[in-house]
Amino acid sequence: MIPTQREISDEIASLDGAAGAQPRLDYPPYRSSALRHPRHPAVVLDPEGVELASPVFGPRDVGELDADLTIQHRGEPLGERMIVTGRVLDGRGRAVAGQLVEVWQANAAGRYIHQRDQHPAPLDPNFTGTGRCLTGPDGSYRFVTVKPGPYPWRNHRNAWRPAHIHFSLFGTAFAQRLVTQMYFPGDPLFPLDPILQSVTDPAARARLIAAYDHDVTQEEWCTGYRWDIVLSGPAPTVFEGTGR
Amino acid sequence: MSGPEGTPGQTVGPFFGYALPYPGGDTLVPPGRDGAIRLAGRVVDGAGAGVPDALVEVWQAGPTGAVVREPGSLRRDGWSFTGWGRAATDPTGAYSFTTLRPAPAVAGGPAWFAVAVVARGLLDRLLTRVYLPDDPDALAGDRLLSSLPDGRRSTLIARPGPDGYRFDVVLQGDRETVFLQHRPGHPG
Ligand SMILES: [Fe+2]
Repeated sequence: MIPTQREISDEIASLDGAAGAQPRLDYPPYRSSALRHPRHPAVVLDPEGVELASPVFGPRDVGELDADLTIQHRGEPLGERMIVTGRVLDGRGRAVAGQLVEVWQANAAGRYIHQRDQHPAPLDPNFTGTGRCLTGPDGSYRFVTVKPGPYPWRNHRNAWRPAHIHFSLFGTAFAQRLVTQMYFPGDPLFPLDPILQSVTDPAARARLIAAYDHDVTQEEWCTGYRWDIVLSGPAPTVFEGTGR
Repeated sequence: MSGPEGTPGQTVGPFFGYALPYPGGDTLVPPGRDGAIRLAGRVVDGAGAGVPDALVEVWQAGPTGAVVREPGSLRRDGWSFTGWGRAATDPTGAYSFTTLRPAPAVAGGPAWFAVAVVARGLLDRLLTRVYLPDDPDALAGDRLLSSLPDGRRSTLIARPGPDGYRFDVVLQGDRETVFLQHRPGHPG
């Protein structure tokens, strides 16, 4: 039986508020996690060798234009043009400079160009939905794109993901590697979404949501959002929710 | 904790295939190069099935054991060894890298790859180490390996394989890979 949203929401409610600033890897409302989460807690160790560093990326890897998702084709993509910007910091609040940030997202209609995406919403011939940049000396990143639409998925009946942009980041040490998703303020789908709700601490969840920033918005051009990212890397707690 | 609170991870989801993998990502050195080896295996779920929508990343020392500080992983020039690579799994869950054998970071210690894994269904990235099996004394003296129960230690040690090494990432189950969490308070 494919569960309903109500059943999933009940499961979400029963797990909410538990401690844990990271997602629970064992999170039954996200059905695909069932066979893909480790049952043992992570083993804590002191990093050594390459773990104390990160790979180096430079201008050879990323071009200036790679951060503008609206100029990759002949025409302009449809949708709400916007800037997403912020700073990448480490767990001590220091700027992560010159590091790689990768993003990917659905188009304004909620459709990915990925061939596995079967959502019957239109593809946009002027939008691929991938971008890269290197952070500046102050840790800043900046992408120009269009606002992605929400999209359906098959976790349960009538399941919809809130609009989001996928982010992949590197810090100054291997453990700061972060793959995450950025959300938009005020989305009514937040409480229904098992992926966002897998972060059961509400304060931690809020750190995944960008802020509308009128100082980023540009007159007669586009809206602006700000989202700072903290690569805390070595976290002081062990894994939560290992299912035992 | 005095610094800002960390941003949580989220699953890489199903649709990264057109965004994160890139040509040459799994080829840290060309296969024909002197000293080239293969590091290959599968990402496997709790039912023993291959995970076809996973991404494996390696980060490693080169033949000197030193940390590599060379850009160019995303647009390889065929000569520079950057120490970092990325491979998506195929429909059977298999991944493969062509690379160089990492030297130990400290003389007499074991050699290992640092590995990160993401996948659909996996809500945060996982980190682990892949130890080379060649020097039993070095493995026996390793702090992490010595701290593990007998049944789990071997999950971190690669097996000799065709042209190099085999290593399966087992996300769950009897042979579940040991995943790691780095202790805070270190520089970097
Ligand atoms: Fe997505």
